[in-house]
Formats: sequence, structure tokens, C-alpha cells
Amino acid sequence: MNTLTQVHAVILEEHGDFSFDELCHACGAAQAQLLELVEEALVTPSGATPGEWRFSGVHVQRATVAVRLQRDLGVNAAGAALALQLMDEISTLHGKLRAAGH
Amino acid sequence: MEYKDYYAIMGLKREASADDIRKAYRRLARKYHPDVSKEADAEARFKDVGEAYEVLKDAEKRAAYDQLGSEWQAGQDFQPPPGQARHTRQPRQPHGAAAGPGFDAHTFSDGGDDYSDFFESLFRNRAEGGGSTGRAQREGFHAHGQDQHASIQIDLEDAYQGAKRSLSLRFPQHNADGTLSSSERVIEFTIPKGVRAGQNIRLAGQGAPGIGDGKPGDLYLEVEFRSHPRYRVEVRDVYMDLPVAPWEAALGAQVEVRLPTGGVVEVTVPAASSAGRKLRLKGRGIPATSAAAEAGDFYLVLQVALPPANTDAARAAYTQMAGQFADFRPRTKLEGAS
Repeated sequence: MNTLTQVHAVILEEHGDFSFDELCHACGAAQAQLLELVEEALVTPSGATPGEWRFSGVHVQRATVAVRLQRDLGVNAAGAALALQLMDEISTLHGKLRAAGH
Repeated sequence: MEYKDYYAIMGLKREASADDIRKAYRRLARKYHPDVSKEADAEARFKDVGEAYEVLKDAEKRAAYDQLGSEWQAGQDFQPPPGQARHTRQPRQPHGAAAGPGFDAHTFSDGGDDYSDFFESLFRNRAEGGGSTGRAQREGFHAHGQDQHASIQIDLEDAYQGAKRSLSLRFPQHNADGTLSSSERVIEFTIPKGVRAGQNIRLAGQGAPGIGDGKPGDLYLEVEFRSHPRYRVEVRDVYMDLPVAPWEAALGAQVEVRLPTGGVVEVTVPAASSAGRKLRLKGRGIPATSAAAEAGDFYLVLQVALPPANTDAARAAYTQMAGQFADFRPRTKLEGAS
């Protein structure tokens, strides 16, 4: 029996405010793995101690991609951080190319 | 079901070593990883490669696969040999099969439980130890349901105006007696106005159900724009080519332009414009999502369209133009370059 449920939709990147535990759950990864990503400064939470850390939706999105790259490609945290940095640069360059009409 | 040629998928010969297989997997996984690759069929290729590797890296699975022989062709209709057709299809693992208009019914691979029928017919029954979920439930086990990730294709117009979408979600349900059955529900939500490509729409509580008293997970839908014949999107700015006649570009003109919202605005093409000039309509790109955020801009990129010289009168007009502009050098930029 199907019933239609109304669900509130929000844009993760603009509305996210996640604790460390919530980040781990959203990325489907263990705390130790995400601690490494914080160490690599791939995500930079506000707050001084892990208990006070707050992560944005953009952090969740980046950490999720990093976790997938680690799982699927066998790279470590530093490798995933490098891949994300290069992907950001490629995306910026594609934007410049498009803006230049190519 | 279709036979899968795992060696061909990996670009390997049948006698490939374990090391060859691992290297081929690493190379192809990097090439087709959906987060990295820009190739159109990356998602499907990545799944094929993952499935092929799952079989070929495991000596026992590889031997079972090799036993089928090398006579099969990829895509050929395949029936499992007697003795291997033990598989009875169970509801899939909780990866949230979903369908709806514009919904791309894939999820990112969560450790590989999205195999082809071919794979499942050969191997799934071996992988199913069975019973753990039911046992856990009987012992009062509780766990937060998994979050699910999928992608959704929307039109640019949906980002301008917001749009209602409905999705059908199917999940396995853990019954009291430890068996699994499938439950389905339909949800409706509004695509938030101002959403951009690459962002994720979060539907709280719509991921996999929790076990016991555990909370359900969330569903994340990564937004992609369908390609549009008229508009190009750059983050939150939207571009459209605007063809103008040579005299409109030279003398200036007022032209009407239809926006993605459906509204029509009158735009001034300044005199002495050349092809490629961009006219900016501030704040008419993808709208802001909140008062604090900024809307994108709408850019018109001028293209000079020439009338055809297909009548005597038209040719005479071009000839007259050539006389009038005898000193015009369209290729001065190229001169002296070599």
C-alpha cells in the first residue's frame, strides 16, 4: 500500500550544520578515517575540540567524495585530498574555458 | 540474462596474473570513478569494472567463472548451468532502489551490492551467510539506518522556480521472524529554488530504515542539470547566445529576450558591438537561495548573423557594402603573426 509522504528538502551545501558523529554517519565512515581527513585539512570544522566541531554541508560533500575515493581507489587520506584539490582546479579551469567561449 | 565477459571488461587475457588483474582494476577504477570521470557512461563502466574485479581477484570465484568456458560472447543469453541455479532472488540489500521522473536510479556503489543478474546467478548465494540481521533483531539490536546517495536530473527552469517531484523508494524490511521483505513508499518533495549543479538535496529520514529503534538514514540527491538547447550554466551564472543582425550590432538595437523563468525582457544592444560581446543582466541567473545569498547573472553572448546572399538584390547590397568598406581589414590580427 503506497501512501504519498511530503518530505522537506533542503540543499545540503547551504543548510548543513553537522557534529563530528553526524559527519561520520553522513559519509558512512569511521571516526578514525574522518579524523585523518581533518588532519589533512580536507575539511576544516569550526570549534576547538572534536566535541565542539561543527561541519558545513560543503564539508559533508567533500568528505563523502574523499571517503569514496579512498574506498574505491585504495588511496590514503593525503591522496584523496590531493585528488580533490586537483579536481577543484580542473573545475575552475573548465569554468574559465567556458567563459572564454571554448 | 546476459553473459558478462569479465576479462574483456578489464582489458585482460584469460591467463592474466593476479598482479595484472589488480593493476588493471586500479587503472580502470581511476579512469571511470564517478567522482572523477567526466565520461558519459562512467557510472556503468565503473560498476562493470568493480564486478569484474570482485570475481577475478578471488581465486575461487575466478575458477567458477572460468569453468563456464571461453566460448561465451559478451551479451549472449546466459542460463546458469545445472547445480549452480540455486539462487532465489531476495530483496536487495538496502541501497534504496528508487524511480521517478528524472530520477537516475543508481546509487553510488556502497561496497558493491549492485551486481548484474549474471553475477548474482553465479555468486550471490555463496555470499549470503544469512540470518545475521534476524538474529540481531531478536536480540534487541538497534542501528541507525544507512544514508543513501543518488543523483537526480533537473531542468534549469526547475532551479529558477522550484519544482515538485515524487520518488518511489523501495527498501528491504526486517520482519520479526528474521526474514526480509520489500517495502515501498512514495515521497513528494520540492526541488529547492536556487539549487545548483553538484549540490546535494537532503531528504532527512528517507534513507535506509533503522534496525530496531534506530533512526532511519537520510537520502542525498546530487543535482545534475539536463543539457539545454539554449542555456549554458556556469555555477550560478547562465549564458545564452543572442544572434543579432550586422546593423543591430553596428547601430545598436532593442531586442526581446526570453528568460528561463518564461518572462520576456527588452535588452539594449549597444552600438558598435562585436561578436562575442557579453551583455549582463544582473541577478537574472540562478536565483538566490536565501536573503544572505547572491543570485547569479544572466549573460547574453552576441553572435552576428548574416543575411543570406541568395537574391540579386541581396548580392547587390553586399557588393555595395564591400565598396563602402573598401578599407576594412577583418584579418589584421592575423597579419604579421607568421
